[in-house]
Amino acid sequence: MSDRTPILGTSPLRKEGRAKVLGAAQYIDDIELPDMWFGATVRSAIARGTIRSISFGSEVDWSKFTVVTAGDIPGENTIVHLTKDHPCLAHQRVNHPEEPILLIAHPEKSALLAAARAVHIEYDELPGVFTIEESETAVENDDATRIIWEGSEQGGTANCFKKYLMYSGTAAETEDGLAAAFEGADFIVEGEYHTGAQEQLYIENNGVIAECNKDALGNVTDVCVRGSMQCPYYLVHALTLVFNLPSDKCRVIQTETGGAFGGKEDFPSVIGSHAALLAMKCGHPVKITYDRAEDMAATTKRHPSRTRHRTAVSRDGKLLGGTIDFAIDGGAYATLSPVVLSRGTIHAQGPYKWPHLRVRAKAMATNLPPHGAFRGFGAPQSLFGIERHMEKIAKVVGLSPEEVRRRNFLSTGDTTATGQLLSDPVDMQHLLTRALYEAGYHDKIARFAEENRHSTIKRGVGFATFMHGAGFTGSGERRLNSLVQIDVLPDGRPRILVSSTEFGQGTNTILCQVGAQTLGLPYEDVMIAQPDTSLVPDSGPTVASRTAMIIGKLVERVSVQLLETLRCRAGLPANHTAEEFKVCAKQYLAEHGTLTSSLRYEPATKIYWDDELFHGDAYPAYAWAVYVAEVAVDMNTYMATVTRFDALQEVGKVMHPVLAKGQVEGGVAQAIGYALYEKCMWKEGRMMNNQMTNYIMPTSADLPPIHVRFEETPSIHGPSGAKGIGELPMDGPAPAILNAIENATGVAFNTIPLLPEDIFERFTSFTEPGHGGSEEFDVTRQGEFLPEVLA
Amino acid sequence: MSNVTFTVNGNRQTVDVPPMKRLLDVLREDLHLTGTKEGCGEGECGACAVLFNGELVNSCLVPALQANGARLCTIEGVSTEGRLHPIQQCFLEKGGAQCGICTPGMILATHHLLEKYPNPTLEQIQEGLAGNLCRCTGYMRIFEAVQEAAAGGAR
Amino acid sequence: MRSDAALFELEAPATLDAVLAQIAAEPGKYTAIAGGTELMVALGTGRLVQRSLLSIQHLDELRFIRVEDDAIHIGAGTTFTDIRRDAAIAEDLPLLIQSASWTGSVANQNRGTLGGNICNASPAADTPPALLAYGATVTLISAIGKRSLPYSDFHLGYKRTALRPDELLHSISVPREFDGYRQYIRKVGTRNAQAISKVALAGIALIEGEVIADIRIGAASLADRPIRCGAAEATLLGRRINEATIRAGRAALASEAKPIDDIRSTAMYRAAVAENLLEEFLRSLMS
Repeated sequence: MSDRTPILGTSPLRKEGRAKVLGAAQYIDDIELPDMWFGATVRSAIARGTIRSISFGSEVDWSKFTVVTAGDIPGENTIVHLTKDHPCLAHQRVNHPEEPILLIAHPEKSALLAAARAVHIEYDELPGVFTIEESETAVENDDATRIIWEGSEQGGTANCFKKYLMYSGTAAETEDGLAAAFEGADFIVEGEYHTGAQEQLYIENNGVIAECNKDALGNVTDVCVRGSMQCPYYLVHALTLVFNLPSDKCRVIQTETGGAFGGKEDFPSVIGSHAALLAMKCGHPVKITYDRAEDMAATTKRHPSRTRHRTAVSRDGKLLGGTIDFAIDGGAYATLSPVVLSRGTIHAQGPYKWPHLRVRAKAMATNLPPHGAFRGFGAPQSLFGIERHMEKIAKVVGLSPEEVRRRNFLSTGDTTATGQLLSDPVDMQHLLTRALYEAGYHDKIARFAEENRHSTIKRGVGFATFMHGAGFTGSGERRLNSLVQIDVLPDGRPRILVSSTEFGQGTNTILCQVGAQTLGLPYEDVMIAQPDTSLVPDSGPTVASRTAMIIGKLVERVSVQLLETLRCRAGLPANHTAEEFKVCAKQYLAEHGTLTSSLRYEPATKIYWDDELFHGDAYPAYAWAVYVAEVAVDMNTYMATVTRFDALQEVGKVMHPVLAKGQVEGGVAQAIGYALYEKCMWKEGRMMNNQMTNYIMPTSADLPPIHVRFEETPSIHGPSGAKGIGELPMDGPAPAILNAIENATGVAFNTIPLLPEDIFERFTSFTEPGHGGSEEFDVTRQGEFLPEVLA
Repeated sequence: MSNVTFTVNGNRQTVDVPPMKRLLDVLREDLHLTGTKEGCGEGECGACAVLFNGELVNSCLVPALQANGARLCTIEGVSTEGRLHPIQQCFLEKGGAQCGICTPGMILATHHLLEKYPNPTLEQIQEGLAGNLCRCTGYMRIFEAVQEAAAGGAR
Repeated sequence: MRSDAALFELEAPATLDAVLAQIAAEPGKYTAIAGGTELMVALGTGRLVQRSLLSIQHLDELRFIRVEDDAIHIGAGTTFTDIRRDAAIAEDLPLLIQSASWTGSVANQNRGTLGGNICNASPAADTPPALLAYGATVTLISAIGKRSLPYSDFHLGYKRTALRPDELLHSISVPREFDGYRQYIRKVGTRNAQAISKVALAGIALIEGEVIADIRIGAASLADRPIRCGAAEATLLGRRINEATIRAGRAALASEAKPIDDIRSTAMYRAAVAENLLEEFLRSLMS
């Protein structure tokens, strides 16, 4: 009899953990292929304009180099995501600083430096736009000189990649309802909230190695790219267009990936295509790795945002109706902006009941390097807006922040503003009570109010209540149509075959846990294949907090299917032992050669979503959370520090307590950086602080103790009820921290990152016009390690 | 080119390299010890940390010539014949490694810390590891791993 | 990595005399490299202009801490870790310990040297404020001999020092005369660890009765070089510590502080925080 002790809910050792602690894990820069060359990218020095000429300085012996330009691309000069506006290599026009123009390769990596410097490019500059406002103004003024993006068939218009218009009811009903709500409101509360760009700052920079094979006539027959990435099949798709090859001739292998956070979701399509083109032209495998400065300046960041709220509120603090205008800065090309916008739009409502809600959302084009995916993907931006706005509503109405939430929370059986019925139990009232209790919130409110009167250190507490939808929006999972397989190795051990990637969040571990529990085998006996598209099926991208829930569920179901096959065809008994499984599996292999079980995604319940109306079941499931931040603001230095953080979330099922805690702690740390430390400093579209000395990420000495607690309300969509948790922790901390700072100082700040200079500027602006804030940093004066401009 | 001789993980090595070549690159390219990682190239992230005559240093900031005669320990030298050092075991058990790229440097920094402070306070751990940036963990699991290693008498 | 390492020369003459002789033979050709925590970053970012370097990291003649009755002499090649571990410095020069402890990370403290920190001459450097407040003396050495000057005369302008092309910094001497002095140092950076200074203030004061009998203040990032805040000192010397004194001190500091806007912070913030640090220091003297 086998011992059916549950494996989900325990914390077995990370599947690839031993290699990692030994320093033996193979990241792309640890790998060399025979005869390998190195590649580098020559990039635009201007934000917008046309390329007048390119010349190659004679100080370099160019015969030893391979050079690739747009003209060398065999297929389409495009990096495809949702539209084809993004060139693989700039041809005549450049639209952002650091835009790739040409590629060079050489057997010696060090030779590339001088060569890149010897490429002289002349431009005719055109005026650029660098903020949401500048982009909007160009449209409003019909300024053709500043329309930097023309529009697309996918719903884009001048300077605007995408728009959404979301109504809680029908358009007519909602507009009537809003008019009445504002007419009859006791209070109308308005607010504007801003979030800045953020660099993912994975400690392993982007890197790939590409190989290209040709036939006797010199035509490309197939390409193979391996490297640091989240979504091998995204790169396959990109390569099929660049090379005009079918997908089975574009092989992609994910190597051990040193952090991603969304920064390696869409971007590898760029670097992977580049390396493959160089491999094609030079006839050798080509490695391209970015150093930190290049990675920071040239790759995707989190979309900056602006949220405008106008809310009708009753005297007892209930939301009567509201309009939300949500705008994000997408950078120079569309990439994934429409999807980021979509998620931001849906989360803008927060965990609240809106009798009438209209959300107008748009993604604007600017001459910055295209922004891309970053953990949270639009939700941190719009949730910052609503959770700061609820604090304002509380102040205006005269209620506590707690009370105003309680009077408006969604609950089981309610409908969200997209019209989704919350049939799974949700109890925000309880989560709020528990979170505030565990953080000692009420006691601190009273104690700090007293202590602050006699101290130059002002302390405060604040919280945020929020949710995060797991899985792709609406019909997205159905469209992805994920395929998952499980096969059996010659020694009888099962092996999971998915394109879901490990980059620290625990994919390998949790999927093997699901497999092991379902198959009734020890965790150590269940294997998972390295994502190699010649071997694993397309189970969709590793994004959107979908891996645990959607892919986990698929792994559970395909494991059941495998068992059925063995029961029916190999005499596997019910309640088998691990040994019996191996025997039967090997027996099956002996008879049939291979044993592979496959299954495609099917939603566990019906999911109704209307893309046109932007209405229906937005996500299969939500995780719900209340986060509490305790801060100290030093009024001598104007520095705000988080001194304690409490994170409570309901996640369906905690599959692996150690991993789950680690996910939340890491996400909270990243969000603390988002709120208080990490400012991208732009000068005409170029990131000027593209070094770790000047882009400030919190160290171990800056972060508070982070207390993580879970609750479990199982969802039918995930294995043992699990919902996604990867992105949730990014959503709550920033508003919780700014709420705490408002509690500590009495001053409302509505822009992140909030730097000490900004706090200083606001405090001194009470007596005179504000100056000295972080918008006045001089980004041309770099300081250490770079030439300084004399004072 | 300079002839540079040093000991790495107990093994004597001689390389012929430009004297200003970064020790990090000598380890990774000339000796194929790829466990030491490059994260920033400016001495900020600690992913390249190694022990140099028993002291923690960022190998991206050491010119090869200055390693002449030195005794180095890289992550490859922390385990013994495939047997995990207690620090490595604690990192594994406590979830101290997520994506793993900061892990080699973090383990060496822990090793260095516990040599100096066998029973470190949380503050000493925070200070000792402040030069090793981790983007994945938020440091909590790492602190627990270090405390566990210390409690078990690890150095 | 933005440099081709093969394009740089680095030699390590065996003795200090050999280094000095080589420098004397071709003044201006060589740049000395000790721990490398500045120059190797410049190499990595492609901004190391100097192509010929001489390593002084191994020279025992420059790495010492010598305690005499009236002064502590610290070799220029002494690392921050060496400083942090020294009991005499901990006893007599706590501000130096403090500033060494927040210079970079442990790994960088193990390699970075006091001499490198001073000679790199960034206005934001961590140890100069303390050394200025302590009234240190620096000894410079060349093939033709040694000379000493007050450290306050060492920084001539933005990243310009009194070193001649044929000279190295030999040692820094700090008098042991601060028994009974109250000592204060605070660095305000971009975060709690591994941060470059936005502004820093070091202060020592001797209080007799309620009167400031002596006061020395050193600051980082308030000018193009580390400075002694002479105007603030002159205003505060001989006064009783009270609210009026604090206001006067703040005003005097405001008159001599000339911080800039750069990528790290703004001039107004630096100036305001510097005044707040001065006030914090003065209030600590009241108790």
